[in-house]
Amino acid sequence: MIEFLENSVFFGVAVSLCAYSFGMFLKKKTGLAIFNPLLVAVAAVIAILAVTKIDYQKYYLGAKYISYLLTPATVSLAIPLYRQFELLKHNIKAILCGIISGAVTSFLCVLAMAVIFKFSHEEYVTFLPKSITTAIGMGVSEELGGYVAITAAIIIITGIFGNIIGETVFKIFKITEPVARGIALGTSSHAIGTAKAMELGETEGAMSSLSIVICGLFTVIGSMIFAKLY
Amino acid sequence: MGYVKEFCIILLFSFVGEILNHVIPLPVPASIYGIVLLFTALETKIIKLKDIEKTGQFLIDIMPIMFIPAAVGLLESWDIVKSSALEFLIVMAVSTIFVMAVAGLVTQLIIRKSGGRKND
Repeated sequence: MIEFLENSVFFGVAVSLCAYSFGMFLKKKTGLAIFNPLLVAVAAVIAILAVTKIDYQKYYLGAKYISYLLTPATVSLAIPLYRQFELLKHNIKAILCGIISGAVTSFLCVLAMAVIFKFSHEEYVTFLPKSITTAIGMGVSEELGGYVAITAAIIIITGIFGNIIGETVFKIFKITEPVARGIALGTSSHAIGTAKAMELGETEGAMSSLSIVICGLFTVIGSMIFAKLY
Repeated sequence: MGYVKEFCIILLFSFVGEILNHVIPLPVPASIYGIVLLFTALETKIIKLKDIEKTGQFLIDIMPIMFIPAAVGLLESWDIVKSSALEFLIVMAVSTIFVMAVAGLVTQLIIRKSGGRKND
């Protein structure tokens, strides 16, 4: 039975989709932020793999077909960006200042905490690209001599964390402008944050998509400078 | 036929992005080149919005699901992070909240000062 599941092409995808549906069901029933569908889905899949003792690699054999769609989906983010282009042009100054101040804040936070926790230089540069999309972040980490696998893990955790915490942060800091919410999500938690921004609205989604691009490119340059500081 | 054409266009842009990622020696992923190119094509009317809208919207709607495999894969990196997992989590959480708050507040402040529109 387990052997069959391990070799099944559909098992990984089916389990992931069911887990996500279950997460959406929980979120709808309870309305609690902690029942974030993505978080519930990840926890459920991990639990199922642990119980059935199915190797991650075997699960991934099927599940990779979901990941396959990630690039076309990200490319499709050009659609909301196009639809919201007027709004973007109108607020360009606010948007650029927001993204760049966010990126610099990220560097400063990592620098401060590297000092507090006495990180090695390698650990420090591993964290520098934490808020940007995985592929760029891993490239930056590699370039600077960080631990690429850890960077990838931190980037994904940052994204999920941002996706979960977003609405709470907006409430506490009274961030109500849709444009500002989108910029905040995209700058702090890249594509996974953008998935949340899309749920909040088209404006949020478009601004968040834009932030992935701009923040990603700015971080490539900025992290080279910040890497020399510690 | 509609969906075939739409998905074809989106995949073509992803593919061109992949080529650029391969040719240009920068750590910029295929998807970022793809967004920029597709946006440019829409803006210059080479591609019409209705030619990709339905499929694109579907892909965007199901996007959160696509992160599940990678997130589950974090299990695999547990061995290399477990010794400093707590510190790492603190750095991650604190900086994410700060970045989100600063980026959001700065954007909001400037929009309100310059009287930017809330919606178009």
